[in-house]
Amino acid sequence: MDKRAIFGGVALPYLLLAPQLLVTLVFFYWPASQAVWQSFLLQDAFGLRTQFVWLENYRDLFAQRDYYRAMGTTAIFAVSVTTLSLSIALLLAVQADKHIKGAGIYKTLLIWPYAVAPAIAGVLWLFMFQPSLGLVARGLRSNGIDWNPLLNGNHAMLLVIMASTWKQISYNFLFFLAGLQAIPRSVIEAAAIDGARPIRRFWTIVFPLLSPTAFFLLVVNIVYVFFDTFGIIDAMTGGGPSKATETLVYKVFFDGRLGGDLGSSAAQSVILMVIVVGLTAFQFRYIERKVTY
Amino acid sequence: MQTHRQLGWLVAGAVLVAGNGAAAQTEIQWWHAMTGANNDVIVRLATEFNESQKDYKVVPTYKGNYPDTLNAGIAAFRAGNAPHIMQVFEVGTATMMAATGAVKPVHVMMKEAGETFDPNAYLPTITGYYSTTKGEMLSFPFNSSSTVMWYNKDSFKKAGLDPNSPPKTWPEVFEAAKKLKAAGHSNCGFGNAWVTWVNLEQFSAWHNVPLGTKANGMDGFDTELKFNTPLHVKHLQNLVELQKDKTYDYSGRTNTGEGRFTSGECAIFLTSSGFFGNVKANAKFEWGNAAMPYYPDVAGAPQNSIIGGASLWVMGGKNPAEYKGVAKFFTFLSNTDRQVELHKKSGYLPITKAAYEKTKASGYYKEFPYLETPLLELTNKEPTENSRGLRFGNMVQLRDVWAEEIEAALAGQKPAKQALDDAVSRGNAMLRQFERQVAR
Repeated sequence: MDKRAIFGGVALPYLLLAPQLLVTLVFFYWPASQAVWQSFLLQDAFGLRTQFVWLENYRDLFAQRDYYRAMGTTAIFAVSVTTLSLSIALLLAVQADKHIKGAGIYKTLLIWPYAVAPAIAGVLWLFMFQPSLGLVARGLRSNGIDWNPLLNGNHAMLLVIMASTWKQISYNFLFFLAGLQAIPRSVIEAAAIDGARPIRRFWTIVFPLLSPTAFFLLVVNIVYVFFDTFGIIDAMTGGGPSKATETLVYKVFFDGRLGGDLGSSAAQSVILMVIVVGLTAFQFRYIERKVTY
Repeated sequence: MQTHRQLGWLVAGAVLVAGNGAAAQTEIQWWHAMTGANNDVIVRLATEFNESQKDYKVVPTYKGNYPDTLNAGIAAFRAGNAPHIMQVFEVGTATMMAATGAVKPVHVMMKEAGETFDPNAYLPTITGYYSTTKGEMLSFPFNSSSTVMWYNKDSFKKAGLDPNSPPKTWPEVFEAAKKLKAAGHSNCGFGNAWVTWVNLEQFSAWHNVPLGTKANGMDGFDTELKFNTPLHVKHLQNLVELQKDKTYDYSGRTNTGEGRFTSGECAIFLTSSGFFGNVKANAKFEWGNAAMPYYPDVAGAPQNSIIGGASLWVMGGKNPAEYKGVAKFFTFLSNTDRQVELHKKSGYLPITKAAYEKTKASGYYKEFPYLETPLLELTNKEPTENSRGLRFGNMVQLRDVWAEEIEAALAGQKPAKQALDDAVSRGNAMLRQFERQVAR
């Protein structure tokens, strides 16, 4: 089956593309090229002294043990948040798609968290889990669990994973729900008449038909965990304790903004860009094959 | 109807424009990081100055927290429209100082503007932090504080301790904390905010030992960190031991843990003297403060404490008329009565000797002794190379790196000695990076 539509002429298609291309050029390629250029420079915070140092910033980074540690942290964080937020959202969407009373209210409530800014989400979770103020933390402590994200790296990691996941569930939920509603009822009913149980119907009919949505969300979620979560991390743990929650993007922020080391920060963002581009290309190359459109 | 309203707006706009034109004032932009009651202080100072004369108008603008304000100023400078005055926290001092050309040293500006300016009128322990080794003032101290030990008098009574003689030495603090823990403070006998400021920076000055070479970096950027001595290790080791049963409990890198004192969770809490306003407003128990504890076996301890807080930096590249306005504003701020009033209302330390003397003479400290505690610490002895202040490049990040290592030790991931060795070596690497960035 041919997926493409053929337009005649040359001018019209390019004209129609122009606004999007312009936006991409101005808001993506231009800053990205600036970052690449900056990554070859050694500069003080005020930009008074600049020295071209070739790949020194990159060499310094790869000589740092901390940098590999941040990569490991990012991997754990990314896998956990993506898996959790996709699977919980799918579960919720499937449940909300059923014919139940007040489905509209559930749907609305489930979509709400998406409107919360990352830093605010961080603070909300902090209020619940901060060792001396948080309600949940107090509960945990009174039950003999020494909950202490200020010193225990695993607790801190759990906390940022929970908050980041919670923040993304709404978005995923919305798309899954739309995907579910686009599946023709007749197909599912036919399967039901043939005697397929709900679980079998889900895996053989619903899930394959949802796969384009799931694939799209996978890509979006990866981008989310790699770039958009630093607000949550900054508000909740500041990368601590002892770097336990320092992800790659947080390190970019930390070195560039708090450390005033723009060269190294730029080099890190270039590496991050390469990683995410690579991951996305990989997904399109290998996972998209399994997607049924 | 619609046209009438539009006309009205036009007229209003024209009146505003005319009003601005008639005054022909020189505007002085002042970027700051103060919120709440402290923001009111800034606004009131600007208003009073603007009302006191007609030629200049100081316009304060809140730019977020300290790092945000610094970054906003740096970004504005790179874009060619920096403010005239920028409030920078004390740890940003080296960054600002290294930015030759981007900033205008205060002593130069005052001289060029022809304002009478006597550096000796200011308290040396406060201005020293922001001056060259020759005593030339680089930035103008604004809000200064020091570390003090806050304690809960009610809890002291309950634990059988004398609320009017708080512990003076670290061993005494540890003993008191154990009793306090037994008397109900099971999660936190004592704690502290600003973990590195209290346990490394102030700790070193108070014991007259160096945090780094070259007078803690004040004599040059080629400084090296020195805080992995047996004394520092002993102190951290003590904290690690007490953390195990929460006689001491870690409360984070910044001051977010301060609420643990006012809520009554921690009975003893070391943090800034600027915590005063908050304690006064929120603590529902009898409280007091005292000088920082010390180890009695260290010869010469206690020395004197150093300050924290922020100072006002004047940015470069402005015209003489604008600098004249800034200079007049600084003279206005240095006024003795104004300093006394600022000190009493905000709890910030007075920056001139005259203001301190005047407050003392008025008997104010007899009534409010906790306002004098930081001043007594600061002036306890003539400052030495180790206690004048500190000036390290990349200080914001350095503090985080040191805190990371302390956290690792407190969590039992590495021994205290190892943690401090690592903090020193990682810190030195960052100091070298800063040196490279600012070298010509």
